[in-house]
Amino acid sequence: MRVLRCGDTGVLVEVADLAEVIALHAALEADPVPGVVDLVPAARTLLLRIDPGTDPEEVAGAVTARDVVPGEVRESGETVLLPVVYDGEDLDDVAELTGLSRREVVQAHTRATWTVAFCGFAPGFGYMVGDQPRLRVPRRSEARTRVPAGSVALADGFTGVYPRCSPGGWRLLGRTETRIWDLERDRPGLLRPGVRVRFIEAEDLR
Amino acid sequence: MRPSRRALEVVATGPLTTVQDEGRFGHAGLGVGRSGAADIRSYALVNRLLANPRGAAALETTLGGLRVRAHGPVTVAVTGAEVPLRIDGRGAATHTVLHLPDGAELTMGAPTTGLRSYLGVRGGVDVPPVLGSRSTDVLAGLGPDPPVPGTSLPVGPAPEGFPRVDHVPTTPVGGPKTTLRVVLGPREDWFTAEAVDTLLSGEYEVTPRTDRVGARLAGPVLERSRDGEMPSEGMVAGSLQVPPGGEPVLFLADHPVTGGYPVVAVVRAADLPKAAQAGPGTRVRFVL
Repeated sequence: MRVLRCGDTGVLVEVADLAEVIALHAALEADPVPGVVDLVPAARTLLLRIDPGTDPEEVAGAVTARDVVPGEVRESGETVLLPVVYDGEDLDDVAELTGLSRREVVQAHTRATWTVAFCGFAPGFGYMVGDQPRLRVPRRSEARTRVPAGSVALADGFTGVYPRCSPGGWRLLGRTETRIWDLERDRPGLLRPGVRVRFIEAEDLR
Repeated sequence: MRPSRRALEVVATGPLTTVQDEGRFGHAGLGVGRSGAADIRSYALVNRLLANPRGAAALETTLGGLRVRAHGPVTVAVTGAEVPLRIDGRGAATHTVLHLPDGAELTMGAPTTGLRSYLGVRGGVDVPPVLGSRSTDVLAGLGPDPPVPGTSLPVGPAPEGFPRVDHVPTTPVGGPKTTLRVVLGPREDWFTAEAVDTLLSGEYEVTPRTDRVGARLAGPVLERSRDGEMPSEGMVAGSLQVPPGGEPVLFLADHPVTGGYPVVAVVRAADLPKAAQAGPGTRVRFVL
């Protein structure tokens, strides 16, 4: 564990892998460190946003003193089923990068059980990890300026669904009609950390 | 019959006017950033002047140009970047409690220095909060839509306390040059020692590509000491993120929650209001 300063409003904790991030995140949510106002988990780091006036050194000390046992991705017990039309623009590229056929890419994506590890990039954008290492592909070398809402994509070992139309550099597999971010709901984000996700191949009804 | 609600009708917005408060807390885990007033000091001042409770929503303008009409009598004040004010054509002062009778029109000119001014109203701008805040996050597309001519902004009930002063003295914000204090890191080890010296000795200029998300700076390039991609990580306001081109971007209120380029240093929270008032052309120096 390495603790880095982010000015006087943040402490960035760097750990070995995602499992440790998730374990530390769960530990700090269950038993918060005084002065910490928000937690931002990511692939290798957990950012602790602190109140101005809180001593970052004290927060750093309190975190390193924690005995955290990394485990599997923590699950919320909730499973979300997302119907997807697999007609994404990057399906051929993903097939080529993984050495699979288009069909096999779709099968691997729908057979995997995905779990939301953390959110970021945009409100409601969940970074999902799965049990299909063959689907690991890098991002596109150039990001698209406009990725439609509902696009289902892959990059860097994660899968994700774009909550709204935005720029994006992930490889597009298909699209879902399910609204994954909706402020009219009590809990606007469908893909919260710990939620399990299964993708189902949907017929294009148009 | 209840009297109709008091409101501010927007007549003109200038380049960008948004509703802002202290921002959103506790939703970073869902990918929702803090947002909130970019110059939190001037925003807090306008509420103190009006005896509003902390966190009452105000209007943040960028380069002035805002015109509002009072529906019902309202009490307002303007802080932040110094702007010429007129009420129905007659001159009025900033940093002063102003009473607008029903139908009166307040016109804000362009600031002489600085970038962002705050129009506060006694009772606060009472639009519905989203995830606990009335702030518009322009990057995430959260919060109230930015007002346009014709938008009617409801005014909340007046607080119990009354303004204790009519006017607050203040030091002007903005100017051709500014110095911002930084703390190095979290990723200064991604840069050469010369790059860190350059950051702390060179002069940067705020480019026209500046908004609530961040200010792109032009100046000496900061060389990396290592190649490769950094996994995305959480960011704070004030981060000096360095994209592959080597010129830093200074993150402001609506910065992305996570970012994929290394942050060489972070501006101290106390200096963020100054950073938010640095308009295009401002020359910036960074010191420890």
